[in-house]
Amino acid sequence: MQLATLLIGLISATALWSGVQALNQQARNAYDRAAATFGGSRTAMLVGKDSAAFPQKLFVDLRRAGWPVSPMLEGRIQIDGRSVRLLGVEPVTLPSEVGNAPAVARGNLLAFVTPPGEMLVAPETLRDLDLKEGARPQANGITLPPLRAQRELTPGVLVVDIGIAQQILKQPDQVSRLLIGKSKAPRAALESVAGDRLRLVEPSAETDLERLTDSFHLNLTAFGLLSFFVGLFIVNSAIGLAFEQRLPMLRTLRACGVSARMLNTVLVIELVSLALVAGLIGLVCGYFIAAALLPDVAASLRGLYGAQIPGELSLKPIWWLAGIAISILGALAAAAASLAKAIRMPILATAQPQAWQQEQRRWLMLQTAAALAVFAVAAGLVQFGDSLIAGFAVLAALMLGAALILPMVLQIALALGQRSARKPVGLWFWADSRQQLSGLSLALMALLLALAVNVGVGTMVESFSRTFLVWLDGRLAADVYLSAASDTQAKEIRDWLRDRPEVQAVLPGGRADSQLGGAPIEVLGLPDHATYRDNWPLLDSAANAWVRLRPGDTCFVSEQLSRRMKLAVGDRIEVPAPGGSWPLEIVGVYADYGNPKGQIAVNFAALTRRFPQAPLNRMGLRVAPDKTAPLIAALQQTFALDDRNVADQATMKTESKRIFNRTFSVTAALNTFTLGVAGIALLTSLLTLANSRLPQLAPLWAIGLTRRRLAALELLKTMAVALITALFALPLGLLVAWCLLAIVNVKAFGWRLPFHVFPLQLIELLAVALLAALCAAALPVARLARMQPASLIRIFVNER
Amino acid sequence: MNARLTRRAFAGGAMALALGGKTFAQGFAGLGETADGFAAVTPGRTFAFPADHGPHPEFRIEWWYVTANLSDAGGAMYGAQWTLFRQAMKAGPQGEGWASQQVWMGHAAVTSATVHRVGETLARGGIGQANVEAAPFHAWIDAWEMRGLDGFDAQTVAPLELKAAAADFSYALRLEAGRPLMLQGDHGYSRKSDRGQASYYYSQPFFTASGRLVIDGKPIEVTGHAWMDREWSSQPLASDQTGWDWFSLHLPGDEKLMLYRLRQKDGRENLFGNWITPDGRSAEIAASGNSITPLATTEIDDRKLPTSWRVSLPARGLAIETTPLNPKSWMGTGFPYWEGPIRFAGSHAGIGYLEMIGY
Amino acid sequence: MAVLRGVDLTVGASESVALTGESGSGKSTLLHLIAGLDAADSGEIRLADTLVSKLSDAGRAELRRDRLGLVFQQFNLIPSLSVADNLVFQSRIAGRHDAGWHEELVERLGLKNLLKRYPEQLSGGQQQRVAIGRALAPKPLLLLADEPTGNLDEDTADEVLRLARDLVTRTGCGFLMVTHSARLAATLDRQVNLHAGVVA
Repeated sequence: MQLATLLIGLISATALWSGVQALNQQARNAYDRAAATFGGSRTAMLVGKDSAAFPQKLFVDLRRAGWPVSPMLEGRIQIDGRSVRLLGVEPVTLPSEVGNAPAVARGNLLAFVTPPGEMLVAPETLRDLDLKEGARPQANGITLPPLRAQRELTPGVLVVDIGIAQQILKQPDQVSRLLIGKSKAPRAALESVAGDRLRLVEPSAETDLERLTDSFHLNLTAFGLLSFFVGLFIVNSAIGLAFEQRLPMLRTLRACGVSARMLNTVLVIELVSLALVAGLIGLVCGYFIAAALLPDVAASLRGLYGAQIPGELSLKPIWWLAGIAISILGALAAAAASLAKAIRMPILATAQPQAWQQEQRRWLMLQTAAALAVFAVAAGLVQFGDSLIAGFAVLAALMLGAALILPMVLQIALALGQRSARKPVGLWFWADSRQQLSGLSLALMALLLALAVNVGVGTMVESFSRTFLVWLDGRLAADVYLSAASDTQAKEIRDWLRDRPEVQAVLPGGRADSQLGGAPIEVLGLPDHATYRDNWPLLDSAANAWVRLRPGDTCFVSEQLSRRMKLAVGDRIEVPAPGGSWPLEIVGVYADYGNPKGQIAVNFAALTRRFPQAPLNRMGLRVAPDKTAPLIAALQQTFALDDRNVADQATMKTESKRIFNRTFSVTAALNTFTLGVAGIALLTSLLTLANSRLPQLAPLWAIGLTRRRLAALELLKTMAVALITALFALPLGLLVAWCLLAIVNVKAFGWRLPFHVFPLQLIELLAVALLAALCAAALPVARLARMQPASLIRIFVNER
Repeated sequence: MNARLTRRAFAGGAMALALGGKTFAQGFAGLGETADGFAAVTPGRTFAFPADHGPHPEFRIEWWYVTANLSDAGGAMYGAQWTLFRQAMKAGPQGEGWASQQVWMGHAAVTSATVHRVGETLARGGIGQANVEAAPFHAWIDAWEMRGLDGFDAQTVAPLELKAAAADFSYALRLEAGRPLMLQGDHGYSRKSDRGQASYYYSQPFFTASGRLVIDGKPIEVTGHAWMDREWSSQPLASDQTGWDWFSLHLPGDEKLMLYRLRQKDGRENLFGNWITPDGRSAEIAASGNSITPLATTEIDDRKLPTSWRVSLPARGLAIETTPLNPKSWMGTGFPYWEGPIRFAGSHAGIGYLEMIGY
Repeated sequence: MAVLRGVDLTVGASESVALTGESGSGKSTLLHLIAGLDAADSGEIRLADTLVSKLSDAGRAELRRDRLGLVFQQFNLIPSLSVADNLVFQSRIAGRHDAGWHEELVERLGLKNLLKRYPEQLSGGQQQRVAIGRALAPKPLLLLADEPTGNLDEDTADEVLRLARDLVTRTGCGFLMVTHSARLAATLDRQVNLHAGVVA
């Protein structure tokens, strides 16, 4: 039995931990691939003063002035109506510290740079485009270089030589940015070479995919760690039990002359072999957990950050080694107390310890003091911390403090219960629960943490969900959305729509890419139409915001952008546009959930004036009710559009909700795992305690309480402490939710969601907690109810 | 002298390797590669200056190579190297702009008795990051350059300004020459093997140099001698040739000696060289009866390099032993080799440069 | 395997009987049967007008609660409860709490200053005095004691046994004590020696 619980503990600890690690590793590999193309914001770079492309001569001039720069040209092209990012790189000067891009492009330099060149693409993108390696699709009226699959590349990007990119994008001798290598050779002052035409962008944290997604991985890791520690609780109690049971044997061995060192060595070897076995099984389980969760993790990362993670799990050997190591280390850590006891064990049985109250009071005081200290740290962090890490630290401190103070809370609650008890059995019920506290506290802490995290995350997800749905209604106000294969087709479609009576309005859409504060932003064009005026989810706005938007000298900014750049209504910004910088006054802030990029919204007509080459192939349609489906069918038939190009509002919403739900399904799954592990911890603790509890229960039985009654009391006791713990977990969980919404989300995603409490959810969790406690207590209690009198009598017999 | 070409071909291979990718290296700098599509090196070429100071893009590989033996006011000795390599990734019509098939590589180094500093940089042709213009003479890659100064004479390739800078060293030298450049080999045709490998090769061994080195931020005023090599070819090395040991020596009385030993896979070796008199005439050194022999080795990065040598040319009455200024003159570039200043004594005493490839 | 065969034993009110015998003679088993802790395969155990041997599990528990007092060698107090709460535990669950009697018990057993302590803070003799108090608090018909002084030194044992005898006399209940000590057995009214499961 202990062997089973020991293995279960180790396996679940290792499995959850290494599962989470596998996910993180997978994502990191993907970021490395991304870095291979992005050149990355991890690298310092020079960009045009107004973020527009600049002449390549500046690159040559800078090289000749000692600058270790490498040029890049970036743009979007349409391949079969699908928009793809095209990145032109210069492999010879590309700094080696820029991901693995140099190796990627230099693999076959000759083929890459000399006509017709090569177009490197991630295998996934190749599949998405439905093209084979070696194919030469068309874009901008040019036959593109043959495609070559390159596993290291991030999906959604085509990489070509810069010279070829200049031809495809029709920007001869133009460069979008210069990456700066790390070479320390002397260089001339930037201004003396480039005047004020270039601007230095330091490696930026904000746009860095890895940093951006750190919060997500921190989140996963936190869950993994939590589960791991909960698993160790199980191991700890199993080992403690095994040790207690073997105590007489160990004593005998010691008495026979086996040295403590020898005994310990044997115990450690046994433990390590068990940990090895459990670690291996745990790793396999972890692999399956990771494989099962990966699609959701990938969906989350794509939805939240636009990070592309491949759906197939690939693991490095180091992962396996680390998993085994953590299993062994965990087992040893969990066994440390027992082993230490074994070393110091006197050969003869020890005398009675101190009175349990004194012992317990001392322990409670210590823990409470520690908890208060941790709470003080948390308060300090709330006051002075301003980073995501600080946010998580607040959460961690909050949970740790709550876990530490839990025994005191329980103690107080039980003491109150004891004081109110009138009947002797009631008195005993409370008093005995108090005495049991020290044995159960670890498991109860695990339960507390699991519940609090569940409440916290559940509340956050629920709050998000509610806000998101309302927001979605505002954002998806048109009835039909369509994106044409080209601007020409878009014009044809508009002409065609003009003659359709059921179309009440055609709402042109357009977006352009620009930059603000060195980070890329989207500029969205909103037509001046009631559909937008009535529905657009403005969080804050100046008076007459929509009227003021019309002339084109004002804009709305997304919440993320406003938080990141500390922009508010009334502030002014300057957005680089092809014709020069575009000064805009902010007249509104709107919610833009799930968009990794900053966004501003301007009047549509103004956008087309300022960004003449912005693609105008998207539009929304207002359509008379129940005419939507026939219209879509007609559109698809007339213009050979497929489902990707045209969709009705309901489909879009369903799709968005589906993505949204997947985004949090990982969290939900880990939540469930954690709760499950906490339940197992409680079970093993109770099993461990069950044996040592017989001497306490036997006198009651002798005095005249039936076994059935005793069993019922035991069950009730477990449920009572679980209930108190759960009740304590509720406010803690709400606090956690508040932390997530008000601190962590704001730092991680850039939006703050309204805080809602969902009583039904809380009640549900209470029930789950009680159910977990019931399940955990059922086995030991059933054993007690069916226990043979002989087992109880044995307690009274002289020799124990 | 054909070995001279060979050594640079190896350095050219270095360039390929520095660019990463074996395929690439094999693709355009394979040492025994045939020269399909590239211009061939044939005897009887008429050299024309300044035009031939400029690039010959129809040939696969080419370089501008300067080594200088320098000393400061206190007599401490130094060396400086400035090299620009050009390689064509493929034959055929020259591409314009980014489509150019030319790739350039610069190596620069300074050497003292205690330090040896190296810099390396790469550039695509066609856009102006690196190039050589014959008139007015100007060779450059990034911020490194060799430029003809006022009064530049195409026949003496002087006066020149030579500049390079890397993270931990830089130099600026002025090179002057009172005697014209000289054609190596047979009127500039330098045969490398019996199988047709050869190069065009001329040198200016008569430079005097003056200027300033900066090592770790400390400037040092220096003067001394310098030697320029110009060489281009399409198929510089036979496939069974593994490496070489090359000397350029400034002899007393303004005589110069270029000498190298070409090593083959089968352990055999061939000696080539030219003895240059102050009036600019050069005579080839016969392979038989002459020898260069390693005396002592230095271990660098698990490689054993013979850094001290005995050179014996009995017909010329020359018997000398050479010692390096800094035995660790290791060029830790993409393709590593040893190149550094040496001293020699014996029947003749003086200074020079040693290069060792293929260890 | 039969531990006891054909044992016939009667304990009268206010009578104290010592059950002696060597290890394995079955004396403890007999005591457990009388206490209803275990059920006999055959035979009859009668407490006043109740046929113990015919009672169900719950009935035997009720009997132990209301009519019997049990004292064990290991004291077997309830560790989570204070001395005061231990003392009243049985009498209160049996609904037979008598404040006057309780006070007298505390007085006679000399537990006045120990009421707030917890069992593990007491010496063996003190613990056993609490156990005797707890067993006698509901004024049982019969006090059963299994080696009650086995864990005590001789002086303490005598003292504890004297208190028990006095209280038994005071309440008028019967007293059956299992002991292997002939010396202690001699202090009781009657001695029954059990040998290999039969009364010798």
